[in-house]
Amino acid sequence: MIKIENLKKSFGDNEVLKNVNAIVSPQEVVVVIGPSGSGKSTFLRCINQLETITAGHIFIEGLDTTDKKVNINKVRTEVGMVFQHFNLFPHKTVMENIMLAPLKVRKVSKEQATQRGMNLLKKVGLAEKANAYPDSLSGGQKQRVAIARALAMEPKIMLFDEPTSALDPEMVGEVLEVMKQLAREGMTMVVVTHEMGFAKEVGDRVIFMDEGYIVEENIPSEIFNHPQQERTKAFLSKVL
Amino acid sequence: MSFRWDIIFEYAPFLLKGALLTIGLSVSSILIGTFLGLLIGLGKIMRNKVLAAPFYFYVTVFRGTPLLVQIFLIHFGIVPFFTGETNAVAAGVIALSLNAAAYIAEIFRAGIQSIDNGQMEGARSLGMTHAQTMIHVVLPQAFKRMIPPLGNEFIVLLKDSSLLCVIAAPELMYWGKAMGSQYFKVWEPYLACAFIYLFLTLVLSFALNGLERRLKTV
Repeated sequence: MIKIENLKKSFGDNEVLKNVNAIVSPQEVVVVIGPSGSGKSTFLRCINQLETITAGHIFIEGLDTTDKKVNINKVRTEVGMVFQHFNLFPHKTVMENIMLAPLKVRKVSKEQATQRGMNLLKKVGLAEKANAYPDSLSGGQKQRVAIARALAMEPKIMLFDEPTSALDPEMVGEVLEVMKQLAREGMTMVVVTHEMGFAKEVGDRVIFMDEGYIVEENIPSEIFNHPQQERTKAFLSKVL
Repeated sequence: MSFRWDIIFEYAPFLLKGALLTIGLSVSSILIGTFLGLLIGLGKIMRNKVLAAPFYFYVTVFRGTPLLVQIFLIHFGIVPFFTGETNAVAAGVIALSLNAAAYIAEIFRAGIQSIDNGQMEGARSLGMTHAQTMIHVVLPQAFKRMIPPLGNEFIVLLKDSSLLCVIAAPELMYWGKAMGSQYFKVWEPYLACAFIYLFLTLVLSFALNGLERRLKTV
């Protein structure tokens, strides 16, 4: 579903990603872990090209999205993204946040967008907040709205960039619960996170990144119980 | 040496006529200047430095030279060059609009750049184009933040329209000067003008405050 070949990304002289190769299969949940500055967020942001990549190729469903002729906006309608800081639109209500892209990009009717928006809000448990503004919501509620907003485009893939890192501890659970439900429904997901519990429980595969490389990848039980690389061992000994 | 109320009353119809032209000049310059300012502001933040260069140049020139010089150049140079004759009102609107556009462009640029980049990324990640994101996400938020500095600029523009008396555009200050030279008086004409300008700027800032309050509650 996603194939990443020889991906490199530099910010000026600083090479953040050094030749990354990865494959994500349909319905797979891939969790990316690693220390700060390891390049894991940049890796995720390269998948939908919020970062312009320096070299390499990213294939999504067989289409080389790094090809100049490919309309990246079209690609992004299939790849939803959830951010650490939610990035909700503060001047729009919860429902307007969810409906904006379906109305403007997918050109669905207002009735259809409203109905679908309501279903998504019920799914994330926030139906009663449809007319509230983001500022009146808690962090966990904001992130659940952000997930609903991304799902409103009916994406085939969902990217999560540290979705619980900006939340108060007691709100982490409600967001992870929504993500678990999505995984159960068969959504293809790439999740950058520090929640090792989530990685163990929900991940089909865990990728450990450090200094711009994928150091090790395996099924969660192997990575967490029998890490092969010294750097993986060192990292896990600090976070577990 | 008593204060001559009678000459103020005598000139009242002219001062009123002048005030109406001042309002007309200011409103049309505010509208044109805001429109141009938005385009120039957007031009300045283009990523392509070559395409953005003319907009930088524009702002540098119009902010870096006195409005009075611009008024003379436009009135005696540019307008006659295109139409063959001078036209003080047209030159006035052009000079005020072009000058205000440079300042308004900076207000738009600063307003747009003050919006967190996460807003752009959030919308782009949903497949919206750069233009759609600007129109539906960035500009509506930026506009709220621009109202106080825009209001300031509009008030400056209204007062600067008094400079047009030097090219004999028959606005408020022009009639004040006429009254002063007819009666060799200082206090009566210029105090009368000052009060009328003060009244106009108060009305304008009152309207802008109202707009700001209304947008805040949304």
